[in-house]
Amino acid sequence: MSPPHVFHQLEDPRMTLTHLQRLEAESIHIMREVVAEAEKPVMLYSIGKDSAVMLHLAKKAFYPSPPPFPLMHVDTTWKFQDMYALREKAAQDAGMELIVHQNPEAAERGINPFDHGPLHTDMWKTEGLKQALDKYGFDAAFGGARRDEEKSRAKERIFSFRTATHGWDPKNQRPELWNLYNARKKKGESIRVFPLSNWTELDIWQYIMAENVEIVPLYFSARRPTYEYEGGLFMADDIDRLEKVMGYRPEIAERSIRFRTLGCFPLTGAVESEAATLQEVVQEMLLTTTSERQGRVIDKDAGDASMEKKKQEGYF
Amino acid sequence: MTDPIYKTDALIADDIEAYLEQHQNKSMLRFITCGSVDDGKSTLIGRLLYDSKMIFEDQLAALENDSRKVGTQGQEIDFALLVDGLAAEREQGITIDVAYRFFATKKRKFIVADCPGHEQYTRNMVTGASTADCAVILIDARKGVLVQTRRHSFLCHRLGIKNLVLAVNKMDLIDYDQARFDAIVADYRAFADSIGIESFTAIPMSGLAGDNITTRSDNTRWYDGPILIRHLETTEVNSTANQAKPFRMPVQWVNRPNLDFRGFAGQIATGTVRPGDELRSLPSGKTSKVKSIVTMDGDLDEAVAGQSVTITLEDEIDSSRGDVLATADDPPEVADQFESTIVWMDDEPLVVGRGYWLKLGTQTVSATVAEPKYEIDVNTMEHLAAQRLHLNQIGVCEVTTDKRIVFEPYVDNRTLGGFILIDKITNRTVGAGMLHFSLRRSQNVHWQPTDITRGHHASMKNQTPRVLWFTGLSGSGKSTIANEVEKKLALMNRHTFLLDGDNVRHGLNKDLGFTESDRIENIRRIGEVAKLMTDAGLIVLTAFISPFRADRQLVRDMIDGGEFIEIHVDTPLEVAEARDVKGLYKKAREGKLKNFTGIDSPYEAPEDPEIRVNTVEMTPEEAADYIIGKILPLK
Repeated sequence: MSPPHVFHQLEDPRMTLTHLQRLEAESIHIMREVVAEAEKPVMLYSIGKDSAVMLHLAKKAFYPSPPPFPLMHVDTTWKFQDMYALREKAAQDAGMELIVHQNPEAAERGINPFDHGPLHTDMWKTEGLKQALDKYGFDAAFGGARRDEEKSRAKERIFSFRTATHGWDPKNQRPELWNLYNARKKKGESIRVFPLSNWTELDIWQYIMAENVEIVPLYFSARRPTYEYEGGLFMADDIDRLEKVMGYRPEIAERSIRFRTLGCFPLTGAVESEAATLQEVVQEMLLTTTSERQGRVIDKDAGDASMEKKKQEGYF
Repeated sequence: MTDPIYKTDALIADDIEAYLEQHQNKSMLRFITCGSVDDGKSTLIGRLLYDSKMIFEDQLAALENDSRKVGTQGQEIDFALLVDGLAAEREQGITIDVAYRFFATKKRKFIVADCPGHEQYTRNMVTGASTADCAVILIDARKGVLVQTRRHSFLCHRLGIKNLVLAVNKMDLIDYDQARFDAIVADYRAFADSIGIESFTAIPMSGLAGDNITTRSDNTRWYDGPILIRHLETTEVNSTANQAKPFRMPVQWVNRPNLDFRGFAGQIATGTVRPGDELRSLPSGKTSKVKSIVTMDGDLDEAVAGQSVTITLEDEIDSSRGDVLATADDPPEVADQFESTIVWMDDEPLVVGRGYWLKLGTQTVSATVAEPKYEIDVNTMEHLAAQRLHLNQIGVCEVTTDKRIVFEPYVDNRTLGGFILIDKITNRTVGAGMLHFSLRRSQNVHWQPTDITRGHHASMKNQTPRVLWFTGLSGSGKSTIANEVEKKLALMNRHTFLLDGDNVRHGLNKDLGFTESDRIENIRRIGEVAKLMTDAGLIVLTAFISPFRADRQLVRDMIDGGEFIEIHVDTPLEVAEARDVKGLYKKAREGKLKNFTGIDSPYEAPEDPEIRVNTVEMTPEEAADYIIGKILPLK
């Protein structure tokens, strides 16, 4: 077991909790409420840094028991190799069952980010998630979304109700007062629960630093094989597969790059960077002038309100 | 432009370690902003985010672009656009929900609940206020204290926010006139005194021009109070204030990884706790000492209000979700009748006497609300007579729970005094409440344990008690079938009793008419009688139309698990009306009978009854045999 971690105390005769302590306590409270009230919860695990923090909080919430629900990755088959490696290790370390779901229809039709554009996200992720929730009968799913990520998420509840067909109706969400969450639902309905709602990107990084949370090495700069595509810089994580889908072998150049968010490798833009430590990454984030989601293509396809549209369709 | 309290200070580039060290130690404050559409609320929040450099270049570019396209500030940046959200709202140009925004200074992280100012959105404001340490109430300096200012202040005060900031905005439009500012403050003070607000901090500012928000303004040299951000940075947060109170922790979940470990997991509501402290588990009243405070990072020497922990005790006491661990010599009260303030949040109004789920802390019980003592007009604070509560109305009502719950007055403890009401059918959160005190009659009634238990009663009769609840339209055949079932059970030496309209309406319920609340009370009493009879070991048959799902649910919740059997006597309206044994349908069709189920009052058929009989396909005797087959063996 790791040595007791003590947050620095403020200069007050009483012990004023730091913002990270309060965020941690709130997230733990939320997870325990779900476990107490839902029939079959699951934690959606995307292998990104937010997922890593969420998983870490779950371990803390139920210690010394392992988290009493499985981890589930809705896979597109196009993630970075480093992500797959951490996925297996993280589940094992937490003592949790790992469920990996790949939409069989998307696999059969060979859906990929080059030929199919938005359909790639829709089939692998949106449809894949719905299928997986239905297949296993999960009635509550933890997700790592934060309210600061995108404007329409600022109004998302912590407990977000979905109809039996996984639809989200912004007009029919429940008010959340105090720390009281109403988790009651009819058969077939489900809840998406966002324990990190009140965390910001900086909070996440600070917590990773304070708690030594393990994250995918791709967040840190290293020399990696890259190629340019439609004005963006990408990592050639699986060059043979890229060639097969793209129809040609992209020109590879080694560059010092890292990633600010992680998704499918052909869709996740890299940034050239020398930030190789947590401190340097945070420093770069604080000095940087573009927002986090900009590196991801998903927000761009329908203008400003696209995330909201995706949510109504059932994307997380 | 760069203020040193904000994030782009030179430390980031020069000494990131020192910067991070500094920011690791921030506290956190939650506040809400209230104001009307034109008070400049969104502009103020946009300004706070903008000045804290929480806006990135791409967002800024989009903002500048949007400002020209849809902004209201000409070529200037329209900060309000930063905080508008859902597409539809954006087109309408109004905010219609609570949105949460984040920014931070060196000293604090802030969570802002952006609350709308429209009258019909009391619900959202109450939601935002429930978690806030502090409220910023905006006033347009040109307009002074308005009806909505009073409403917002009243709601914040009722929700227990002690820290109020009166943000007198748009000072630039009145030439930073001190006399005008002073007059507004005096006006507000008179109002604040009248509703019991003890103190507030008034700040002259301009969201658009940036005066006294993050930098002290040269335009208001006459003002020597704090600027907004300094006040927000230094004001006390609730979780710190809560540490001085006695220890209370609602048990959320019992952690049992193996037989040797039993930990009570929960978030500490108030007080502090250390190993060795004597705790009392409520409602049982059993006491034990804290053995350890367990976390993944090792056992703690102390834990305080706001932390989520797992506590183990020296003795094996039986505590579970819903119980409260508290300081042994200063425990909270346990009661089942209360006076409380209720804010109604649903389109469908409060139904007096209907059973709702009440969730308080980690306790969920069935509860009914009596007719409001009065409704409070949120604009004038006047007390008005009211029969029920509609969306966005606030009233003071008596609440009765079916089980005793652990509570404290809301003013002392938000966690053990604040509750939500949940509709049992739709599952919506329909109301929010704040407990004032328990009613004395509940404190004085103590449950008298009897030596002959319901188990004894049942075993002497050699049967399992049941409530066979027949529901269906008038003329569907409920009484006929129930009668057949009872005869058959009697032949099997089962002890039964049939409750129907004749033996109930003429005696027990003869004081009740046919209004909605009387009908609910009718069913409730029948349920209580049926429950007593099952305690006596009987198989009870009831034959009442009982048209409303919520009322049948209320009875189901009263009766022990599995003993309630809902039987839907399913007869189409045309068939029942054609039979018209008592001539009632005819009268109803002629308008001589009001509120007649199926004609001008709805019948809510059971969605998932234990038994359904179709009287078109079955004779009463066949239906009775079918029911008997379903409920046997009854031992």
